[in-house]
Amino acid sequence: MSASLLVLSAFLASAVEMVEALTIVLAVGITRGWRSALTGVGAAIVVLAGIVAGLGPALTVVPLGALRLVVGSLLLIFGLQWLRKAILRASGYKALHDEDAIFARELAEAGRAQLDTRAGLDWYAFALSFKGVLLEGLEVAFIVLTFGSTQGNIGLAALGAGAAVVLVTAVGIAVRAPLSRVPENLMKFAVGIMLTSFGSFWATEGAGAHWPGGDAALLGVLAVMVGASGLLVTLLRRQRALTEPSAVAA
Amino acid sequence: MARLGAIGRFWWEFVVGEDWRASAGVAVAVAAVAAVAAAGITAWWILPPAVIVVLYASLRRATR
Repeated sequence: MSASLLVLSAFLASAVEMVEALTIVLAVGITRGWRSALTGVGAAIVVLAGIVAGLGPALTVVPLGALRLVVGSLLLIFGLQWLRKAILRASGYKALHDEDAIFARELAEAGRAQLDTRAGLDWYAFALSFKGVLLEGLEVAFIVLTFGSTQGNIGLAALGAGAAVVLVTAVGIAVRAPLSRVPENLMKFAVGIMLTSFGSFWATEGAGAHWPGGDAALLGVLAVMVGASGLLVTLLRRQRALTEPSAVAA
Repeated sequence: MARLGAIGRFWWEFVVGEDWRASAGVAVAVAAVAAVAAAGITAWWILPPAVIVVLYASLRRATR
């Protein structure tokens, strides 16, 4: 059960981040050429793989209790950021993530930038693709390392994340357009709930408490987080309808 | 020095995010679990409701 949730969480987190990275790379590749853009992507993937390969073995030597306390707390803090944004989006307080709008903006900016050739590459295209993939990928690397190390299986978490990279890349190559039909906001909501639930579960164990029913209690924590998040969305929608009736009607 | 500051800011924003009070609330809640568990009292029930309260407070601040 935990292994499937581990792979699913890493897959979903990686998929949403890679959809965002794909939008940037597509815009850069179309306007500035693919060679420099794809070199930037490759360089970022090498750096990300290096981070996971370098930190992964180091984390396996940390005692499990301490690891779960630190990693669980970090995941909880990190997951709350995702969940907070997802709830604000679902209740209308924050604009939904719109890949088409971001693509149009990136396309315009990439078209305006001056040509600066370094090491035989269009430096703007290389740097933008590199930064886009690295920054989006860092969150994935963080999730793979934390989920994988606490479950004692970084390889499985990396497999889930890697599958999403392959899938998003393949679909991106096939459609050559931003993947705006991917239910990104819903996926972010799911990842936020999973990160927060896993974080609560592991931080509690790391702090020295024990769950009734062992690992099965994780499903209970997930159910509580899903219910509470749904309730918070409803509350905020009602609050928004009272304070900003014209915005809700529009 | 400026670069070190930028790196520090990046990691702070990466992990802590927009609302440091939510992160502080999580740290306090985890410390409470550790203290209660160390006293030999059942503590597994503390964190989920504490997280929901922290999240609710953070959302209230964001939408005020």
